[in-house]
Amino acid sequence: MAALEAAAIHAQLRRRFGDAVGDLAGTGRDASTTVGAATFPEVCRFLKTEPALAFDCLSNLSGVDYPKRSVIQVVYHLFSYRHRHWIVLKVDAGRDDPVVPTVSHLWSHADWQEREVFDLLGVTFDGHPDLRRILMPEDWPGHPLRKDFVEPEEYHGIVTSRESLLKA
Amino acid sequence: MSLTGFEVEVQREVNGALATEDMTLSMGPQHPSTHGVLRFVVRADGEVMKEAIPDIGYLHRSIEKIAEKVGWHGFIPYTDRVDYVAAMFCNHGWAMAVEKLAGIEVPRRAEYCRVIADELCRIHSHLLSVGSMAMDIGAFTPFTHAIREREYLNDLFEELCGARLTFHYMRIGGVGWDLPPGWTEKVLRFLDRFEPIIEEYDRLISYNKIYAERLAGVAVITAEEAVDYNLVGPNLRGSGVRYDVRRDEPYSVYPELEFDVPVGRGEMGTVGDCFDRYIVRMREMQQSCRILRQCLARLPEGPVIAKVPRNLKPPAGDCYVRLESARGDMGWYVVSDGTAFPYRCKIRTGSFAAISIVPKVSRNLMIADLIAVIASLDLVAPEIDR
Repeated sequence: MAALEAAAIHAQLRRRFGDAVGDLAGTGRDASTTVGAATFPEVCRFLKTEPALAFDCLSNLSGVDYPKRSVIQVVYHLFSYRHRHWIVLKVDAGRDDPVVPTVSHLWSHADWQEREVFDLLGVTFDGHPDLRRILMPEDWPGHPLRKDFVEPEEYHGIVTSRESLLKA
Repeated sequence: MSLTGFEVEVQREVNGALATEDMTLSMGPQHPSTHGVLRFVVRADGEVMKEAIPDIGYLHRSIEKIAEKVGWHGFIPYTDRVDYVAAMFCNHGWAMAVEKLAGIEVPRRAEYCRVIADELCRIHSHLLSVGSMAMDIGAFTPFTHAIREREYLNDLFEELCGARLTFHYMRIGGVGWDLPPGWTEKVLRFLDRFEPIIEEYDRLISYNKIYAERLAGVAVITAEEAVDYNLVGPNLRGSGVRYDVRRDEPYSVYPELEFDVPVGRGEMGTVGDCFDRYIVRMREMQQSCRILRQCLARLPEGPVIAKVPRNLKPPAGDCYVRLESARGDMGWYVVSDGTAFPYRCKIRTGSFAAISIVPKVSRNLMIADLIAVIASLDLVAPEIDR
């Protein structure tokens, strides 16, 4: 067990993948780096299989909508139980048709987390074995966690709003 | 396969042999043992399950979206509803994330109040877990014992913060109220009473031959699988992985406290079976009592909340904090854009990971064992769906 600093992990990624890996931002547990979508699966495979890194656990996978930059950012918090170290990867996907390669073959936890991001933010995870909605109903229009999501006024005849009780 | 349920699939053998029928059953969403509203679509051959596919989302309220609309302080009551069986941890997680973003220092007395509330809440939640687990597989009396003890805790919480379930006790920068006069003595009295009860409970049910054999060797999850599926808390430790956020990534005042991290040892069968997950919760309650006694003995004086601006605007940035909730490592990924409203809040919960492993571990189990699996994973439906 030898925990590495995020800077050391980042240096290894840079050495191997060059400019596909962005600069290191943030400090401590929140130190993150951006990765190009094309190289992303290879970066993940390297992080998981390289013995000195051994990221055996995908701790968290989430998506954030940035309409101003016209991207949806998918954020991966990776953790190694063997070495007890961290790295955060961020992958930008174009907002109009966001596609990110799946990592569900590397970490089983990614399966359901990717379905959640697909459901709530509309990111397609290329290669996912069973990409369908998980929390919202199958026929729900749109993706609720997008910033420009407008709640439908009714769903199958059920109204989704009510008059404020505070109104005079 | 279709997720609508209630249909019977008939398979006919091509070679003319006697046809066997796979039956597709819908278990839930209103089933007493599903711990909230969730559903399993079970494909079974007689009593043996070929697969059990969870169907979740019935309790989805999009709490993460609500966070973006109600502001930093205003979100705390909503966090109670993320996991209403262990609401303190959700309060605590949100507070920790915002404090980290905004660089707020929490007074020491407040940290102790938080840890006391957390550990009481852990006992509170584990009691419901072990009690309902016994009930789910057919032993009703232990449930009443567990609920009786939990009732004392409800009273303690009510006195502490006015609520018995959705506490809304913690605030950004500290806690809402100081401990009421005479309350610490009541907690001590509870501990004096409760510690022997754990042993009684062990005699009554944990090492009851019928109960233990019912759980031993059922739904074994190896350490590798547990890590791969990101199982956390007692489910992870039940598989023999000695990892506890309180000890390994300490937060609050946990570095000052002494406690053990119990793990599954395969006492009754194999490491990582239902019994191990159960017994880890029993042992954790004893450790929580230990932590509570230490906290009460060295509770410092001082303020219980830091000065935090009412119109809080944490600087732009993101952070990820984790804490050990009753269901294990709970992750809060919070993004601020420097305004009075959170930009994004992602809550990563233990139950969400735990239920995703059900299709894998339930294969070739008896239908009745699915109940034991759900109970042993301590699934809480609102925490899955958020």
